[in-house]
Amino acid sequence: MSVRQQVASQGAAASSDDAVLDVQAMTTEVRVRRGVFKAVDGVSFAVGRGEILGIVGESGCGKTMTALTLMRLLPPSARVQGGHAWLDGVDLLSLSPAAMRRVRGKEISMVFQEPMTSLDPAFTVGDQIVETIRAHEDVGKEEALERAVRILEDVGIPNSGKRLRDYPHQFSGGMRQRVMLAIALVLRPKLVVADEPTTALDVTIQAQILELIAALRSEFGMSVILITHNLGVVHEVADRVAIMYAGEIVETGPVREIFADPRHPYTQGLLRSIPGLATRGRHLPVIPGRVPELSELPPACRFAPRCANRIERCEQVHPRLEAHTDARELRCYNPTPLARR
Amino acid sequence: MSAVAEAVEPLELVAAPSRFRDSVALLRTNKLALLGAVVTLVFFGIGAVGAVIVLVPSLQHLYLDQDLVDTLKPPFTSGHLLGTDNFGRDMAWRITAGTGISLLVGVAVTLVSVLVGMTLGAVAGYFRGGTDTVISALIDFTWGFPLLLVAVIAVGILQPGLTPVIVAVALVNWAGFARIIRAEAISLREREFVEAARALGVSHLRILVRHIVPNTVASTLVMSSYYVAYAVIAEAGLSFIGMGAQPPTPSLGQMIASGRDYLYVDSWMAIIPGIAIALVVLGLNTLGDGLRDIFDIRARRW
Amino acid sequence: MPVSSAATTRHRSPAADGKPLLAVSGLTKRFPVERDVVGRPTSWLSAVDEVDFEIYPGETLALVGESGSGKSTLARLLLRLIPATSGTVLFDGLDVHRASRQQLRAFRRRAQIVFQDPFGSLDPRMRVSSIVAEGMGHLSLSRRERRKRVLELLELVQLPPQAIDRFPHEFSGGQRQRVSIARALAVNPTFLVADEPVSALDVSVQSHILNLLHDLRARLRLTYLFVSHDMSVVHHIADRVAVMYLGKIVEIAPAEELFQNPRHPYTQALLSSVPALMRHGIERRLVLQGDIPSPIDPPQACRFASRCFRPIERCRSQVPPLEAIDRGGEREHLVACFNPAPLSQLQDHAHAPR
Repeated sequence: MSVRQQVASQGAAASSDDAVLDVQAMTTEVRVRRGVFKAVDGVSFAVGRGEILGIVGESGCGKTMTALTLMRLLPPSARVQGGHAWLDGVDLLSLSPAAMRRVRGKEISMVFQEPMTSLDPAFTVGDQIVETIRAHEDVGKEEALERAVRILEDVGIPNSGKRLRDYPHQFSGGMRQRVMLAIALVLRPKLVVADEPTTALDVTIQAQILELIAALRSEFGMSVILITHNLGVVHEVADRVAIMYAGEIVETGPVREIFADPRHPYTQGLLRSIPGLATRGRHLPVIPGRVPELSELPPACRFAPRCANRIERCEQVHPRLEAHTDARELRCYNPTPLARR
Repeated sequence: MSAVAEAVEPLELVAAPSRFRDSVALLRTNKLALLGAVVTLVFFGIGAVGAVIVLVPSLQHLYLDQDLVDTLKPPFTSGHLLGTDNFGRDMAWRITAGTGISLLVGVAVTLVSVLVGMTLGAVAGYFRGGTDTVISALIDFTWGFPLLLVAVIAVGILQPGLTPVIVAVALVNWAGFARIIRAEAISLREREFVEAARALGVSHLRILVRHIVPNTVASTLVMSSYYVAYAVIAEAGLSFIGMGAQPPTPSLGQMIASGRDYLYVDSWMAIIPGIAIALVVLGLNTLGDGLRDIFDIRARRW
Repeated sequence: MPVSSAATTRHRSPAADGKPLLAVSGLTKRFPVERDVVGRPTSWLSAVDEVDFEIYPGETLALVGESGSGKSTLARLLLRLIPATSGTVLFDGLDVHRASRQQLRAFRRRAQIVFQDPFGSLDPRMRVSSIVAEGMGHLSLSRRERRKRVLELLELVQLPPQAIDRFPHEFSGGQRQRVSIARALAVNPTFLVADEPVSALDVSVQSHILNLLHDLRARLRLTYLFVSHDMSVVHHIADRVAVMYLGKIVEIAPAEELFQNPRHPYTQALLSSVPALMRHGIERRLVLQGDIPSPIDPPQACRFASRCFRPIERCRSQVPPLEAIDRGGEREHLVACFNPAPLSQLQDHAHAPR
């Protein structure tokens, strides 16, 4: 199931024939107090048809900015500076706002973290689904309503005919997230971008939603980009994972492989920091230092100051994201395999 | 307490942003704010001078001196920058003094309103319950009370002049501050740092003084500039109808009233004070907007 | 997955000897939600209901539950940050909710709290020096002495001394939590309530703070109540675990016992919902039907019955008491269930959501 990808050089990735989304050297700048910086810096990746790609990273790594850039929903203080994002042959980054509006919701859609603030509290759930449908397709209200009923059923909301007439506050957190998924999927987009879809949910509800996402992927065949800081979530439901640090992707590969045998020292550090039964009574291994501010990025490898594997080259030449094995990519001069715990 | 055995990690601190730098940056990008800041500064300067000449007896002649030969002159004549009024008094000095009075009144009124409003609002919002019910009733009652009525009563009790104007406007204005501060206090009392203070055994009074009030300073500052503008207009209005400053005190509103009689002879006498009021208020409002932008980072644009 | 044996000998077994530091009995908190014309409440939200448990000196009791479980309310009740509707909290013999002003002040120096939100728990207008020293008023220290003590505390939580004159917005989330911890420790408490102290932090920062809390407990001989919804953190730090659902404790047991041998269906479902990467001991996911019922005017029955996968008739008409599973022995395992069952006896309850 892995997407084979040959990265010739950074910024000119050859796309796989089975990719529904091919991102090449995407760069987004933000204006903060201190000046202008790249929140997303030359990011390249591909998402295969029907594949769930997890993008994992901690606060400030640029994963949410990546999502917002793809959706062209950047805040006023940010803008796309370069790169391409080919969604089935159409470069999302070069579309006019009007053209992007036609694409958004129909070809590519988004699910956000806080369903309470993403759903309009003043309209019924049915209204919001119907509005989405009729914004993109020329169908009558009756037909749109029928489709709304069906999609609510598909996302596991019982009594969907009646529930259509309820307002968002009448749904629980998990149910609202299902409604968000319904709105995101009703037009059968090729790609759904889910930004921390389960972070605000209880763990039992999270399990339900993750299962639902996997089931919907099988049923509808859409691809998913799942953005999260939670490694467990990615491990549970994603096919492949990309790890981001300080605006760049540092490692990609099939989920099982990456988790069993991470190569990038940052990935290793993250996995080792997860507490559990095996670490009881002892200190957790820590990654020393902290994530650098965008305004004070190290000159070469951005992780070098915190890296135990640091060699001289790491502080002199900025490493590129390169093919590591058939299915993996790595941005590191000196990886070591993770020792067995 | 024993020292830590293992080495303390030299955790780097995030560099401190500066509100001053923010303000300067904002002025550079927002031309309107810059204009407003300039206008405000100019008029504050004039007002400061005006306040001085009004308060210092030896300087009062500047706007009191009459010259019955050179009356009702338009601007730029016979050595008077803005002309003269019906008594031959220099308009430029009168405007300066008038601006000074307007700002003095505005600031005095607002100071009182802030003190009273902030105290009552903070207490009501923090304690809630019976205290809040009583204070809120008081706020609502005051909020709806017509300023004119209060002014008339005040003028009736004290003699017409600036004192009853100050009293009247302050008596009505505090309610606006109280409402906003009360709302902020209600949300602040739920914040975890307040809970932490209570868990540490800090008394209610200390919490009010150290936590609640300082965190309402931003809103208070922004509102103050708008309220000073309101007080300026209120004073001008009351003086215009004769309830406030009495001649020869050169309140801007009073000057417009006097100028009304000479509108067809020398309209400048009424127009110039009118323009002065407008510019003072404009400057204050723009200042308020600018302050709001500084305190609200979301207003930042690319 | 084998459990490290180092954990069991870390301190003396909690329930065996000695008095509890904290003894909670019948603790209840209700909030009125509707009132009649004259203002008398007609409808109540039951946040915490008849809760009994103990915390022993030196141990870490983890309080686990999802939203609506009442765990945060319970944490605040223990410190009398909110008044109780009924019941008692005995802290070293002192009845906290009926204590006099003076007793309460003394209590506040012995029991402290660290909150979840690193951005809301520090006053943005105060410098670190004032924040950390906030509780030290009773010590009557000179300015210099106070500053010295604050510097000691900063060192204890591994913050550099320059931090003392900075403002909260100059720190990262993890650093702010350290400041919160320093503030709590300034009064020299023996008991610390940690309300989701690492939930808002990134994984790599979380490990720093967990290590810090671990060290502080040993060094300062602290007792912790650790509230969390994150089972991997609980797996790591808890000596005993109490599971809450809709205001009631449904199961409480020593940590290894709870993870290896959960008996309450909710505990089992909860443990099985944890993502596989962090899951221990339970293979299949147990699906819970429906949503959490409303905590308003709950019926006098088992509150979990509507979502349970093995209810019996009794569950819908009586409230199950919290009782011991195996009597005798040092390690007490209590469950509030009429039909508890070990994992081995579970039918295959996992099925597709639709």
